Amino acid sequence: MTRAAKNKLTRHRLTTRLWHWINALCLLVLVMSGLTIFNAHPRLYWGEYGANDDYAWAAVGSSETLGYVRLGETKIETTGFIGNWRDSNGNIQTWAFPGWATIPSYYSLAEGRRWHFFFAWIFSVGLGFFMIRSLFDRHVQKDLHLTRSDWRPSHIWRDIKNHTRLRFHEADAVNIYNILQKFSYIGVIFIILPLMIFTGLAMSPAMDANWPWLTDIFGGRQSARSIHFLGMFLLILFFIVHMVTLLLAGPFRQTWAMITGGKRKGSGDA
Amino acid sequence: MHKFLTRRSLITSAALGAGGLLSGCDALSRSSGFQNILASAEDANFLVQRALGDRMELASEYSVADLSPKFRANGTRDPGTPVYAESAAQGFADWQLRLTGLFAKPQSFSMSALLSMPQRTQITRHDCVEGWSAIGQWTGVPLKLLLDLAQLQDKAKFLVFHCADLLGGRPYYESIDLLDAFHPQTIMAHRLNDEAVPIENGAPLRLRVERQLGYKHAKYVTEIEAVSTLDNIGSGKGGYWEDVANYEWYAGI
Repeated sequence: MTRAAKNKLTRHRLTTRLWHWINALCLLVLVMSGLTIFNAHPRLYWGEYGANDDYAWAAVGSSETLGYVRLGETKIETTGFIGNWRDSNGNIQTWAFPGWATIPSYYSLAEGRRWHFFFAWIFSVGLGFFMIRSLFDRHVQKDLHLTRSDWRPSHIWRDIKNHTRLRFHEADAVNIYNILQKFSYIGVIFIILPLMIFTGLAMSPAMDANWPWLTDIFGGRQSARSIHFLGMFLLILFFIVHMVTLLLAGPFRQTWAMITGGKRKGSGDA
Repeated sequence: MHKFLTRRSLITSAALGAGGLLSGCDALSRSSGFQNILASAEDANFLVQRALGDRMELASEYSVADLSPKFRANGTRDPGTPVYAESAAQGFADWQLRLTGLFAKPQSFSMSALLSMPQRTQITRHDCVEGWSAIGQWTGVPLKLLLDLAQLQDKAKFLVFHCADLLGGRPYYESIDLLDAFHPQTIMAHRLNDEAVPIENGAPLRLRVERQLGYKHAKYVTEIEAVSTLDNIGSGKGGYWEDVANYEWYAGI
């Protein structure tokens, strides 16, 4: 069988699978190296400027004995986890995110930035290719397009009920995405991932000279930084939900399908 | 890259778990070969960002209403050397800015000479590599005027800014290329928010190079050296932070 013919019979195309695993690696490295960068100034602001004397809507604080996360006026003690924690040698460290959550595991802003920008390029080029390819091979229209019937409240409600009962697919339609899947995939691919690229660029002083509107649309440089950070939380949330549904829907078969492509129902040699 | 993407390496990394992954990343971080691969992204950033603008695009400028209530200082807050302290006590009346190296007419400018030249005032955002930003109003002499007076030679490719402060025992310095040097917003600033630049912000003279991150904006500048290569300056990476902590020479992102 030719590769093309084989591809037609698989649930996930080779390019989709490749992109999926590249994204998984990029997400991991980008989050962890991003936390290294965040550790250099663990405070978040709205607007164009924001430094230590200005009001931060979120901040990680630390002292020799205490670690805390402050959100608005709410202070949450996080000693032992964030802000104040012990490294593998038992020494107390007071930078925001602990070594196990950062790349590199020691504090180096320059190295964190190198990891971050290198994988940002891989991630961005991959997303660009995926979007262009999706336009041509109609992957988006076929698999992610929201049909009129998808939008029916009764349909959405039934899908939510199915999810709460941990029923994810009709038995004969494993390769058809349900409405909640479509919402989350469209939201992640077409909204959050591009948002991460553009809020990232909006923080760059050279981009500010080249494309000042980009910083403006996010409401300023510090707002872009805040949105970049919040977007990371949404991606982590997506990852967790993705993993939970994977576990519930059959982790081995699903993961194997994402590695090998899997087989479509009724593809002859199934 | 293909090394990352094989199925086997994916499965192996997964099996090694987070601990293995982390120590793996640390080992890669410490390997100079891998550092060079990672650093190639910076070359891409530089090329793409320089290609995007018309090369003289201005950084955003703001109004007085946008000023930060306080302009944060970072790095050296007071050079503290006897020479600097004495100069500060005299209000920096004796401060000299020397232009050396690849100039047809190397020369020295006094503060009063600099103050009598045409000035540029701009309200811009200072973006620190650490993540914070501050908006301040800067007044100073466009660097281009000084370069034209001293007649930069064709061989010159970079300008090196030598500073009066020591950081961690090493003299602070920074460098930029000629595209940034001749940029209309690149000024030798002596006023911040309509007052003489405070000591913590680089008195009496600091570089403003608005399209790059804060560590490029050298404070306490005493000498501008025109060179054809950065190899023989400091450890050869083009700046204090570049030498000491591997920061990128191009700080546009």
